[in-house]
Amino acid sequence: MNSEKIIKYGAELYSAFSSQQTVLPLTEREPSITIENAYAIQQEMIRLRLANGERIIGKKIGVTSRAMQDLIKVNQPDFGQLTSAMLMDEGQPVSLSGLIQPKAEAEVAFVLKEDLAGPGITAIDVIRATDYVVPCFEIVDSRIKDWKISIQDTIADNASCGIFVLGKTRAKLTDLDLNLAGMLLERNGKLEQYACGAAVQGGPVNAVVWLANTLGKLGLPFKKGEIILSGSQSSLVPAIPGETLRCTVGGLGSCEIQFED
Amino acid sequence: MMNIETINALTSRVLMAQDSATTITKLTDEFPSMTMADSYDIQDELCRRWVARGDRITGMKAGLTSRAKMLQMGVDEPSFGFLTSAMACPESGKIQIDELVHPRVEAEIGFVLKREIGGDHLSIDDVMAATDFVIPAVEIIDSRYEKFKFDLISVIADNGSSSRYVTGGRPMDPRNLDLCSIGVVIECNGDIEELGASAAVLDHPANSIIMLAAHLHSRGARLPAGQLILTGGITAAVAVQKGDVINARFQNMGSVSFRFV
Repeated sequence: MNSEKIIKYGAELYSAFSSQQTVLPLTEREPSITIENAYAIQQEMIRLRLANGERIIGKKIGVTSRAMQDLIKVNQPDFGQLTSAMLMDEGQPVSLSGLIQPKAEAEVAFVLKEDLAGPGITAIDVIRATDYVVPCFEIVDSRIKDWKISIQDTIADNASCGIFVLGKTRAKLTDLDLNLAGMLLERNGKLEQYACGAAVQGGPVNAVVWLANTLGKLGLPFKKGEIILSGSQSSLVPAIPGETLRCTVGGLGSCEIQFED
Repeated sequence: MMNIETINALTSRVLMAQDSATTITKLTDEFPSMTMADSYDIQDELCRRWVARGDRITGMKAGLTSRAKMLQMGVDEPSFGFLTSAMACPESGKIQIDELVHPRVEAEIGFVLKREIGGDHLSIDDVMAATDFVIPAVEIIDSRYEKFKFDLISVIADNGSSSRYVTGGRPMDPRNLDLCSIGVVIECNGDIEELGASAAVLDHPANSIIMLAAHLHSRGARLPAGQLILTGGITAAVAVQKGDVINARFQNMGSVSFRFV
């Protein structure tokens, strides 16, 4: 795929994001699009967001569960970039009006206290570089019509990033058994989903190792202070105005999100 | 309601299937008007026969207590059954698979009471206050019905598919745990097969005991101190084969492992 097309699709997805109008899957129009092409388009889309005053504050890891990988027929995760405009306050109602077809995922977020420069990163490096973990919700959204995504479509579309909320309780990795920490997702106080940390690549640290090494290969920085959403432990669930979702991670705490129009 | 001769005859049929690891057709196929009370009468007669041949009743189990299990088996309320000394297998031990028909394993939280409780109005606090300790457990369920296909009445007559159980890991004071959010992973030969969190069991495993106590109350019995109560699978059950090594890991409670030979 030549650079004109990369720029064109990056601009198209940015425009879809700004105008909240979906586009057809890129893979329908460019059957030979590669994963590398898709990350290049993502970079272009993000460049346009940064030009509009946003800052990079972290990364998200997607497609981390076996169920999700089977669904879109891949055997590895993907990643997107988190910007300052995506972070919402816990405790404030979250407006869905800026999103097109939002869905929620319960996750654990990592915050780094050191840079991580892959390739060659191992779990020990991630544990050492992690300042703390925090329960969070990611509200994913797709600029692709009806969520009809293949892996290239979602990568180009910034891994279907929408917005996210961090809970207020933090823990060090040495203070909890993250892989076995139970995760409960409640809607309006009623249990809807449950899982545990191992749902993400056998353990969320594994997902962050993958991310550090993948970013390293692509020459992208992974800096101290960045927030990493380590991947959904739940299935995607509907985000509906007027409803409240709460995720609780055993030994860590909760994150609550209340949706409004 | 069945007469005593029929109860005795069906008890013999179920016991023969259990002892010889063979399948029988669903009892309700032959006795469509059979009731749940008839099935529990068969269980009581099973108990009398076990005790008569020298087995000890070591506890009770609640089954079909999670949404995953109810979906898997197509039923919508729990079943209860008895555990005996002949079903207990040691942690890190071997289970003879040819003594079983088509076994499946599920991870559960076991409760041991320090004092007898009963009645149909218990609260979670009542159960917790009467609990001596909780302990990780794996139950090996094995329906004596063909292809694990049954209805609630038939499965109860088969003692809730009980066949073997293994306890292990760390016995713990439940006051030192959040019993809703214990994450659990079942591995078979090192691969994660199923995972979940303990709220999968009726939002809190103690709710199983509340329902079990109410069931016993309706039959004029109470839950004794000192026995093991298995509160029901946290995950869907995993089918196993000869040679499989099972390892169930429980957040903060250790693990239970054993092998099928």
